[in-house]
Amino acid sequence: MSVQANCPACGAPITFMWSSAVQTACPYCKAILVRHDVNIENVGEVADLPRDASPIQILTEGIFDNRRFMVIGRLVYQWEQGGWNEWHIAFDDGRSGWLSDAQAEYAVSFHVAPQAPLPSIEQARRGLAIQWGGLNYIITHRTEAAYVGFEGELPFRTTDRERMVFADLRTPDARFGTIDYSETPPLLYMGRQVDFDELKLRNLRMFEGW
Amino acid sequence: MASPAPVVKSRSLNCPNCGGVVELRGFEHSRSAVCVQCCTIIDPSTPELKIIQRFSEKLRVRPLIPLGTRGNWHGAPYEAIGFQVRCINVEGTEYCWHEYLLFNPYKGFRYLSQYDGHWNDITTIRGLPTFTQVSGRKAVEFGGRTFRHFQHADAQTKFVMGEFPWAVRVGEKNVVDDYVDPPLSLSAEMADGEINWSQGSYVTGAEIWQAFKLKGTPPTAHGVYSNQPSPFKGKPGQAWRMALLLLCGWAALLFFFVISAGNDLAFSANHHFSPVQGEQSFVTPVFELDGGNKNVEVELRTDLDNNWAYFNLALINESTGQGYDFGREVSYYHGVDSDGSWSEGSRSDSATIPRVPGGRYYLRIEPEMEATASTFGQTPRGFNYTVNVKRDVPSTWLFWLILPFLIIPPIITSIRAAAFEGSRWAESDYAPSGGDDDDE
Repeated sequence: MSVQANCPACGAPITFMWSSAVQTACPYCKAILVRHDVNIENVGEVADLPRDASPIQILTEGIFDNRRFMVIGRLVYQWEQGGWNEWHIAFDDGRSGWLSDAQAEYAVSFHVAPQAPLPSIEQARRGLAIQWGGLNYIITHRTEAAYVGFEGELPFRTTDRERMVFADLRTPDARFGTIDYSETPPLLYMGRQVDFDELKLRNLRMFEGW
Repeated sequence: MASPAPVVKSRSLNCPNCGGVVELRGFEHSRSAVCVQCCTIIDPSTPELKIIQRFSEKLRVRPLIPLGTRGNWHGAPYEAIGFQVRCINVEGTEYCWHEYLLFNPYKGFRYLSQYDGHWNDITTIRGLPTFTQVSGRKAVEFGGRTFRHFQHADAQTKFVMGEFPWAVRVGEKNVVDDYVDPPLSLSAEMADGEINWSQGSYVTGAEIWQAFKLKGTPPTAHGVYSNQPSPFKGKPGQAWRMALLLLCGWAALLFFFVISAGNDLAFSANHHFSPVQGEQSFVTPVFELDGGNKNVEVELRTDLDNNWAYFNLALINESTGQGYDFGREVSYYHGVDSDGSWSEGSRSDSATIPRVPGGRYYLRIEPEMEATASTFGQTPRGFNYTVNVKRDVPSTWLFWLILPFLIIPPIITSIRAAAFEGSRWAESDYAPSGGDDDDE
């Protein structure tokens, strides 16, 4: 599945673990690399990510709904009450999804096609209901966040990201969704909140004293 | 590549106010850390260690679980890393409880709360409770359970120690609504226009002392806590089911007892009594009472109307002359007054004589009636009556004596269960008295 290439900035060999990756970083010269079919474009330099205490890291493996996945990338966001991670996870069948980790609360979601037009960024207020899969999802939080940085492989390029608006969706059970207003029309992610133990994560970070 | 170090290092910082060392236990999750030496709240996530607040050292409260203590809790090690005292004010009285923040670097945060010896294990919930009503009161449904609204209050933070993954401030107020379905509770905290839901589960101090290997004994729990499980839960139903079962047995026995009794009519005769004829003592023909020491019931049925009569009776054995003397008064009055129609007494009466040997018997009957007993000066009217003598009638008094013993236990259990719930709800917004006016 992996794809080999060379960094256009420093010439170092680059390995894409996930064949559909669009953006990655050169591990040697920190260049941000964006793939266009066969060409790889150097679009900038990655910034160091702030220290954080997520137990997850690139190459962490786990199981979701009986399917094995591996963490191949990460987006870091910051909002007024702290930071959170969106870990990009690739499944054995080539699909990818997101494992979000906010202060050790976890959720897995997938990019899906909306079944009806999503509310506009102005309409997305707490309490608004959205129909999806025959269920009512309620907007419970509207989060304004700053894009902090990335590592590993991503399914899209992030070079135009700065201020972000997200609307969190909830149901009476543990279903979970996010509307991402970084694009027009907005993107919809659907999934559910999960227990740490349920994911059977391996290759985690260690914590001093634990 | 800006890959994180595989081992996350713990760190400490120097208090920007007093220079004292503040050990961090929550790694990079901590958004506030309190310097114990000088009661300064620091934001460890800022490079310059921004001071969030300083508060008075007089506010100090000693936590029962020392910070840094680890215990095996819900299948994983958790460390107590934060402690706060929060209070609500109800009609001028302050009620305060303690909250401990527990942390595991993989499983995240949970809380323990303690009020007057009552403990709760608290976690944030997944999913969104839905609002509903139970008997006209606010309630929420979540996870297949219905939680009834208990209290609406402004909770104010009075003291903090240790670390928190948000910016804490002494004096900060949050609107809290508590809903209960013992042993669980749901709390909705309003913060910046958003509702944060958490679920509490009642636990005993002993469980916490054991899990965290604490010294001494946990504080004694006083009163009944909002989501404390009732020791009587399900007991009234159980007691009533048991009583019902016993009642069925009781009724079956009674039925058997009644149908197995002979209940034979040994003698019956109709008579007329006229008061103007004076004394009218007479004896009946002889009748047979079958063998054995069985009871005899003498029944009098009259057509008295707003009148009374007295019967002197004797059941006499023809061969031995042995008699059983007894008297019976029959009176029946009725009428209509401002409260509607009324009646008093009964037209018939009976007497049961126990253990009468078999043989030939007759009755001596002497009815009496006040000669002037008629109303409004009319000519005194007599009355008709029937005398029935029954052999071996079922005697059921013992059954009725036992009956209360079957019914009293479930009644007592129900009362005690209701008293427990009464104590629980006496602390709520829905206390029967106390004039609490923030019911919504």
